Amino acid sequence: MFQVRIHGRGGQGVVTAAEMLSVAAFIEGRHAQAFPSFGSERTGAPVVAFCRIDDKEIRAREPISEPDAVIVQDPTLLHQVNLFDGLGPDAYILINTERTFQELGMGDFVKQFRPERLLTVPATELAREHLGRPIPNAVLLGGFAALSGLVSIDSVAQAIREKFSGRLADGNVAAAEAAFEFVRAEMQEVTHA
Amino acid sequence: MPYQQIKFYQAGSFVVGNRLLEPEERSVQAKMDRSNSLTSGHRACQGCGEALGARYALDAAMRATDNKVIAANATGCLEVFSTPFPESSWQLPWIHSLFGNAPAVSTGIAAALKVKGRTDIRVVGQGGDGGTVDIGFACLSGMFERNDDVLFICYDNEAYMNTGVQRSGATPPAARTATTKPVGKEPGNVFGQGKSAPLIAMAHEIPYVATATVSDLRDLEYKVERAMELRGARYLHIFVPCPLGWGSASNDTIRIARLVKETGLFPVFEAEHGEVVGVSKIRRQVPVEEYLRPQRRYAHLFKDPPRTDVIAHIQKRADRNIRRFGLLPDENDSADLPGHATDAAGGPGSPPHPDETSAAAILAESHEGAT
Amino acid sequence: MLRQTEGSQAVARTVAMCRPEVICAYPISPQTHIVETLSDLVRTGELAPCEFISVESEFAAMSVAIGASATGARAYTATASQGLLYMAEALFNAAGLGLPIVMTVANRAIGAPINIWNDHSDTMSQRDSGWIQLYAETNQEALDLHPQAFKLAEALSLPVMVCMDGFILTHAYERVDLPDQDQIDAFLPPYEPRQVLDPAEPVTIGAMVGPEAFSEVKYLAHAKQIQALDLIPEIAAEFAGMFGRDSGGLLRAYRADDAETIVVALGSVLGTIEDTVDELRDQGVKIGALAIKSFRPFPLEEVRAALAHAERVVVLEKALAVGIGGIVSANVRMALSGIQLHGYTVIAGLGGRPITTASLHTLFKEAIADELQPLTFLDMNWEIVQRELDRQRMDHRPGPHAENILRDIGIVAARSH
Repeated sequence: MFQVRIHGRGGQGVVTAAEMLSVAAFIEGRHAQAFPSFGSERTGAPVVAFCRIDDKEIRAREPISEPDAVIVQDPTLLHQVNLFDGLGPDAYILINTERTFQELGMGDFVKQFRPERLLTVPATELAREHLGRPIPNAVLLGGFAALSGLVSIDSVAQAIREKFSGRLADGNVAAAEAAFEFVRAEMQEVTHA
Repeated sequence: MPYQQIKFYQAGSFVVGNRLLEPEERSVQAKMDRSNSLTSGHRACQGCGEALGARYALDAAMRATDNKVIAANATGCLEVFSTPFPESSWQLPWIHSLFGNAPAVSTGIAAALKVKGRTDIRVVGQGGDGGTVDIGFACLSGMFERNDDVLFICYDNEAYMNTGVQRSGATPPAARTATTKPVGKEPGNVFGQGKSAPLIAMAHEIPYVATATVSDLRDLEYKVERAMELRGARYLHIFVPCPLGWGSASNDTIRIARLVKETGLFPVFEAEHGEVVGVSKIRRQVPVEEYLRPQRRYAHLFKDPPRTDVIAHIQKRADRNIRRFGLLPDENDSADLPGHATDAAGGPGSPPHPDETSAAAILAESHEGAT
Repeated sequence: MLRQTEGSQAVARTVAMCRPEVICAYPISPQTHIVETLSDLVRTGELAPCEFISVESEFAAMSVAIGASATGARAYTATASQGLLYMAEALFNAAGLGLPIVMTVANRAIGAPINIWNDHSDTMSQRDSGWIQLYAETNQEALDLHPQAFKLAEALSLPVMVCMDGFILTHAYERVDLPDQDQIDAFLPPYEPRQVLDPAEPVTIGAMVGPEAFSEVKYLAHAKQIQALDLIPEIAAEFAGMFGRDSGGLLRAYRADDAETIVVALGSVLGTIEDTVDELRDQGVKIGALAIKSFRPFPLEEVRAALAHAERVVVLEKALAVGIGGIVSANVRMALSGIQLHGYTVIAGLGGRPITTASLHTLFKEAIADELQPLTFLDMNWEIVQRELDRQRMDHRPGPHAENILRDIGIVAARSH
């Protein structure tokens, strides 16, 4: 079983991101479960959503306390909320930011993880560019597909198209694909470094 | 309301006998083939205004709908005296659910009929004043707001009679009930109380709102039939004296109903979509005292010394109604009613009439702490 | 057809396929997505003929359902928590009148203190209303239970509530197999009312019944629930035959045949329990689980048969009978009367507190070692409780409990001046 925890703020589509990720897994014939942390939803308040993916039926219902991957939609949550609780040394971390881990003040923190599994992607900027709106949730899934290989970018695109339609779908897919390429390039850099 | 020239009528009561009318103008009750929706054998008190009103109303509804009525009844006197286990006096399909939900149950029945394509069958919801203006009020308002195809009838005997005559939101000022006894500084029901369900119904702008009393039963039948010509939410508020609860003689029921109208205390009118379209004029105005005296629930006002201040205030309410609804002949020009075009003094939202102000001042002094 | 979708959506679409004729609902978290979807389906005409009525309260919702059902229409509503309480009078009325209304309850805690998260206190509080109560473990079961519920309700003329954990199931996306309209039509015939308001054949429904006959009328509701003990498995079997999967029924045992310790529970927590059972089984522990699916009627014989051989029974429940302890465990105990075994009541998950495999591991190990108290509150922070009790004792005006405790655990930052 692979467990993903997504952090963001209310209004950024964190829950939708988890749902779309679960749909992408479903498209690939896998079992997936997505659910929010059920906090009082207010725009701007920290929100957590979970996604479990497995090849057999998922029975667990508890929140994910030991995620295999964490996606951070809003870097202003860093140093405010414990986003990395329960992560093991092989975990994947994807942060939506234009800055580097050093610039985010996480230089020491990242040393305990595998460098090719800790990546950043400017998802909000990509969203603005391809979608015209600063909503990074679907974009990040594109990046996550590259980072973890858990789902393919095609499945992510299909999941996006199931949720959205018309220009919104097109824009999100384009942004997700751009994020996919960005992260893939980043990973190659890191591996060659 | 339709008018017809009548040569002969009963002196004093002005009642017109069926024989003097054209067959089609006669009361439903005059017909041998009337449906007897509420048939004999029920356990109502002698002189019960509600039993009288319900029988007339439902038979009129049945005639108007070719005998296709389903009734939903709130808990209360009518429900209790009409269905003493194992008997039932109802000869139409009838359901009693709870005290506060008759309007909502009616909504459900109407919805089911609509789904089944049987909108030829009509729905009547009914209850007493308690079930209508108090505990059933939210459901009533909801039904109005959605304009559900229901005629809701309130039989108003101005208190919770079935449980022993306790005050309701419809209990008029100064009336004695089991919970508003004539003791203390403010004998009887405190002033300022009493929801006007008909006015509130009008505020919902539903297709039809009407009031009636059991003193003019043909008028009551007419209003039910009129209501059945229309679709959507309709409301009929019927004044029904309760000899037991009011302490009146059981053979005075109709007379007292006539008096409440002739004093102006109970305006008899029709309204459509929030505007008054017809008023039943006072034939010969009587002072409220004449109405109050035959009822022991007001007996405390006539002790030694009499409560002339309270009686005066009740008179002021009657006068205000007369002015507001144009209840006296030749007074329509200055009538002010909710939804009326004219907006002279006395209407809602306009400055209070000078008389009212002084009455209010009197009250403020004499009834400290009263809301 | 397999779909990855939200639990509420799956339930709403399945309910729509059951061809309800009147849907009357009032919004309350976490049921909102169900009624919103049904409202859309009625508006677009996908669900027709159907009247969707937005009512002014839950009391009105159940009342509208009563009127509609009595007039021969298949009626449905959904609610949770406070809404269920607000319609309590109407619940008893519907059951007493024998109206086959089906209602989804998205299980949620009851206040005060107000809480929107999952536990079973709402439906447990109405267990004596006369309604049949079925509890779903998964979203698949939640949707499957609805056609079964309509069939059951209409066969018995008794209302049925389908209970699914609020948020945990309603708001979870998971894979479900949605039936299609033809399958549902084959399984669920049109509603044939046993009593109906019809001018062609007038009846009086809801008359007062005095001491001479009340007991008999009341007993009929009980008799119908006893009949349901046979009908529920029958309908579940018929469903399995037609749809190819097990859903519903009275109960379901998991690795319990040779278990020395059996954990009993209702609803979605069974998923987490089964994961924990598997882990302990891998360690050689003889532990199993029993899911109760029909809580009313309570399957006394079946529960007894499933648990009689165990050494110990742990009932894990998401509701608390204030002043005494467990609710489900009291019912289980009744099923086990006369049998000697260790019985433990564990109150867990109140107000949406997560039940984790980690906590369950510890709990089950303690149970197996017979170190548990008869009544245990899982993951209770006793220090906080004690501090509040001390506050109550020492302060002449300590203030509201909830605010004090929230301040204690650091959630409320502001202080009065």
